[in-house]
Amino acid sequence: MTDSSPPSSVVASRPTLIDILRAFAGVSVSGFGGALPWARRMIVDRRQWMTAEEFNEAFALSQFLPGPNTVNFAIVFGARFGGAAGAVMALVGLMGPPLIIITALAVLYDRYGDAGTLNHILAGIAASAAGLLIAMVVKMVAPLFKRVDWPPAVAIVAFVCVALIRWPLPLVFLGLAPVSVAIAWVKLK
Amino acid sequence: MNSPLLALAGYFALLSLFAIGGANAAIPEFHRIAVDVMHWISDRQFADMFAIAQMSPGPNVIIVTLIGYHVAGLAGAAVATAAMIGPSCFLAYGATRVWDRFKEARWRIAIQAGLVPVSLGLISASAFVLARAADHNAVAGLITATTAAVAFATRVNPLWLFAAGGVLGLTGWL
Repeated sequence: MTDSSPPSSVVASRPTLIDILRAFAGVSVSGFGGALPWARRMIVDRRQWMTAEEFNEAFALSQFLPGPNTVNFAIVFGARFGGAAGAVMALVGLMGPPLIIITALAVLYDRYGDAGTLNHILAGIAASAAGLLIAMVVKMVAPLFKRVDWPPAVAIVAFVCVALIRWPLPLVFLGLAPVSVAIAWVKLK
Repeated sequence: MNSPLLALAGYFALLSLFAIGGANAAIPEFHRIAVDVMHWISDRQFADMFAIAQMSPGPNVIIVTLIGYHVAGLAGAAVATAAMIGPSCFLAYGATRVWDRFKEARWRIAIQAGLVPVSLGLISASAFVLARAADHNAVAGLITATTAAVAFATRVNPLWLFAAGGVLGLTGWL
């Protein structure tokens, strides 16, 4: 599995503006429990617009910027493939359909308050959504652990600080990112 | 100055620029402002809105739309949403242009190489925290593990896995 050019290492084509709009609208309406796993599935696995590495890099950029990650990712992706128009298309696709749905839900919630048995169904969906995120994370992280080097160590430190010690994420990020970038700078030849 | 629309715009525009780590990382801050500082909604209403934002499709940041609607109707929903995503969108667009222009610069390569592992560690932590929040018991844990295994090994549309999870939830075993 090292150099046999798996599908995730080949870029198939460039998306048009309409492609971008339709792709993010599709991601947004199926994106239960966060849109990111769906975005990766569409961009890397199905349409192959980005390689696994390019996706990780674009995602790292959108996570490092303030604001909602998925929205940032839509802007980064749209701007890269379609400039300002591409960014607008991605944003409209990502936010349009969910905004219509959530506004309808907001009206219903204000009128009827509790959702009763819906809670049971939600509990099951939430458990599934967690599993989907885990599968995506394993796929994203796997290339990092192919070699024993500093990047996997940095990833483990970030995980331990946020997931196990439960330090605030912005704090961990601001503390760890400069160290990691400094190591990368020194290691660059 | 105590117009609710102005308050929504001010708080969420500020949060937009300071919410490093995304919507889920900003949840405690949403709660502090909406429940403790402004008394817009109760604790229970906040929990309800979070669940609704989670179950509805799209980015989880959409919880601000619900808060905004509750505070000031449709105008509140629009103002809260625009304030929360507007400033960070402009910043992200500018950053992308700069980022792509300096593709070959050493500082850019070093920042990227340094950020990717941090970012991967953080997203792993999100998965861990989310799984712990969702898995109150063994059945839920089994659903999570099964979904993870199937989604990793196959290309089955995850909506089927969610449907299965929802049906199992309906049995009341969770």
